[in-house]
Amino acid sequence: MTALVIRGGQLLDPAAGVDAAKDLLIKDGRVAEIAAPGKLKSANGAEVIDATGLTVTPGLVDIHVHLREPGQGYKETIATGTACAAAGGFTAVAAMPNTKPVNDSVETTRWMLAPERGAQIRVYPVAAATRGSKGEAINDYAALKSAGAVAVSDDGLPILKDGVMREALAAASRVGLCVIQHAEDTRMTQGGCMNLGPASFKLGLRGMPAEAESSLVERDIRLVTELRDARTHLHVAHTSTAAALAAVRQARRNGLRVTCEVAPHHFLLTEDHVGFYNTNAKMCPPLRTAADRDAMIEGILDGVVDAIATDHAPHAVHEKEVEFENAPNGIIGLETSLGLALRWLHKEWKLPMGRVLSLLSAQPAALLGMKGRGTLAVGSFADVLIFDPKAEWTYNALETKSKSRNTPFDGWPMLGKVRWTISEGRIAYTNPA
Amino acid sequence: MSVLDLSIEDIGHILKRATELENQDPLERDHILAKRRIALLFYESSTRTRTSFELAAKSLGADTTLVSSLSSSIEKGESLKDTGLTLRALGAEAIILRHNSSGAAWLLESETRLPVLNAGDGMHEHPTQALLDLRTMLAHLRPGTETVNEQTLAGVTVMIVGDILHSRVARSNMLLLPRLGAKVILCGPKELLPELAAKAGPGIEIERDFKAALSRSQVVMMLRIQAERLAGLQLDLDEYKQNYQLTGPRLAAYAPQAIVLHPGPIIRGLEITAGVADGFQSAILEQVKNGVAIRMAVVERALTAAQKEGRA
Repeated sequence: MTALVIRGGQLLDPAAGVDAAKDLLIKDGRVAEIAAPGKLKSANGAEVIDATGLTVTPGLVDIHVHLREPGQGYKETIATGTACAAAGGFTAVAAMPNTKPVNDSVETTRWMLAPERGAQIRVYPVAAATRGSKGEAINDYAALKSAGAVAVSDDGLPILKDGVMREALAAASRVGLCVIQHAEDTRMTQGGCMNLGPASFKLGLRGMPAEAESSLVERDIRLVTELRDARTHLHVAHTSTAAALAAVRQARRNGLRVTCEVAPHHFLLTEDHVGFYNTNAKMCPPLRTAADRDAMIEGILDGVVDAIATDHAPHAVHEKEVEFENAPNGIIGLETSLGLALRWLHKEWKLPMGRVLSLLSAQPAALLGMKGRGTLAVGSFADVLIFDPKAEWTYNALETKSKSRNTPFDGWPMLGKVRWTISEGRIAYTNPA
Repeated sequence: MSVLDLSIEDIGHILKRATELENQDPLERDHILAKRRIALLFYESSTRTRTSFELAAKSLGADTTLVSSLSSSIEKGESLKDTGLTLRALGAEAIILRHNSSGAAWLLESETRLPVLNAGDGMHEHPTQALLDLRTMLAHLRPGTETVNEQTLAGVTVMIVGDILHSRVARSNMLLLPRLGAKVILCGPKELLPELAAKAGPGIEIERDFKAALSRSQVVMMLRIQAERLAGLQLDLDEYKQNYQLTGPRLAAYAPQAIVLHPGPIIRGLEITAGVADGFQSAILEQVKNGVAIRMAVVERALTAAQKEGRA
């Protein structure tokens, strides 16, 4: 593989504690050398990327995406989903198992990882925690892990039964995987299609109460406590309510390994964005109240939130052009995550850029044990994002690389424009100014 | 779409036109929308609303066609969008929609760009019902009123009783009547009337005690228990009747002057006794009659308010 030099940029690598003008040499898919500007020793003959005025940082990591393959290639494929991810600055994504069929097998996990899928960046399959994600019988985690699974989850559905969740946590601990819980007590959300409150009442829509999320998070934390095994790792997906976040905060104070992620739509939007039945504001968990939204921001600022994850969930246009209650849940998010995080968390709420990037890269990579990612230290994977930190731009959903365009952020202002995304030394996306 | 789309001036205009059209010579009225094409698209069964919209449109000379979910390609899986586009291609100039999903009228309007009249969407709203209820109330409480303003119903308390949670009639009324000065009291058990209903808008309060609510009300609006929307909710009907049934003795004891309304269909012996439904305080059939007049006015408005996107 040819060598690549990234010259003239500002290297911002929070995990390595670096924020300085540096040149990088990339060789054989790895970071080979880092040096002061113009001081690389073995850069001869390498292709050069001029990163003057740009920030060079570890490629972003999204631990919660839906790539829809196998089975729903009309919504997204692994090729289009990862192209979309690369355009958003991502170099690794964890793909949820609610595909058709559900990824609960070694065969499906391997199929997703095969070169024929045309992935543009690294894909880490998350395997189903239970057979068919039916919440009854747990899968063979050791086999799934050796096939390439990075975690287990029944995402899209909860693991509802106490006994099954206890067994899943214990079995995952033994093989060093974390259980990602979609915390929704579906007994409380039957027919629900938005947050339960005055807005849902007024729109005549059945609501999903905040307790449906928080009660299951509290249940799971109780199970982790009872297991008394330091290896047990519970990760709460798409946290959306103040009560659930408070439960995570308390669990952490109690020394438990309980982590959580928050999606950009949950720290930016509220139930009011449903407006008049906008199906692009319909997702699960739903947009919550302003108090919940503010709690997400607070959790990000004070550090209880471990990662920003998009829950990228593509759906075809015709599937969203239906009655609100019949529309599928979910929005795409890979191309807007960085721009929104910088525009709001950094510019508006003054979170240092290094911490924003850490929430989008180093922390999620560490959370799921993606070795050699989330940092650009010498020897790590050459997963690099080069972006213009000052560029302000407007997102246009029609230009998306995704197969779908279901997003509430069409026309929103963004900060920070991706110029190059490099995946293991290969340019996966480029958009020079 | 929603009563909130109508300004108080719009409401006054609709009420005025309803009276004018009702009094007009039918042969003259017949020219107003002569040969204009209106589609009635009904995803739920309906007697009153469908018939009165149809009679209203025909009274103005329009051609109407009824498409109902049970005898059309909707049964074969055609989407609301495609059904709407098909009706437009067939020459429909407006669509009157009854649908089991909240917000369906918005979807149909945005996809077809035709004026869409909301004849009831899921649990959301039933705006023409609220307008005809208003007309009925005014005839009794403010006879001779020509216009309406923020004070027209000042001092009037309207109680809505029963299955508020699932009722689009309740939503339209509770959002409309307080804008004209009325107070709305919602009454019913917790399962059918969540506390958050009081936050839907100004001028709404909850009173769980049926008799206390009755004693304060000039208008008593009873609702049907909507078995089709209960979604697994278990309700003890005997207990419900004991607490919330409108009976002759209760009416005589607590609200002897009030008028009794019901959007229909009524289930005699459940929310209301036969004696009350047929009694002298009942205005239920007047409501039905007012429906035709109100719907003539809104259909006319939809098709003549040229560029105004005929919302109602």
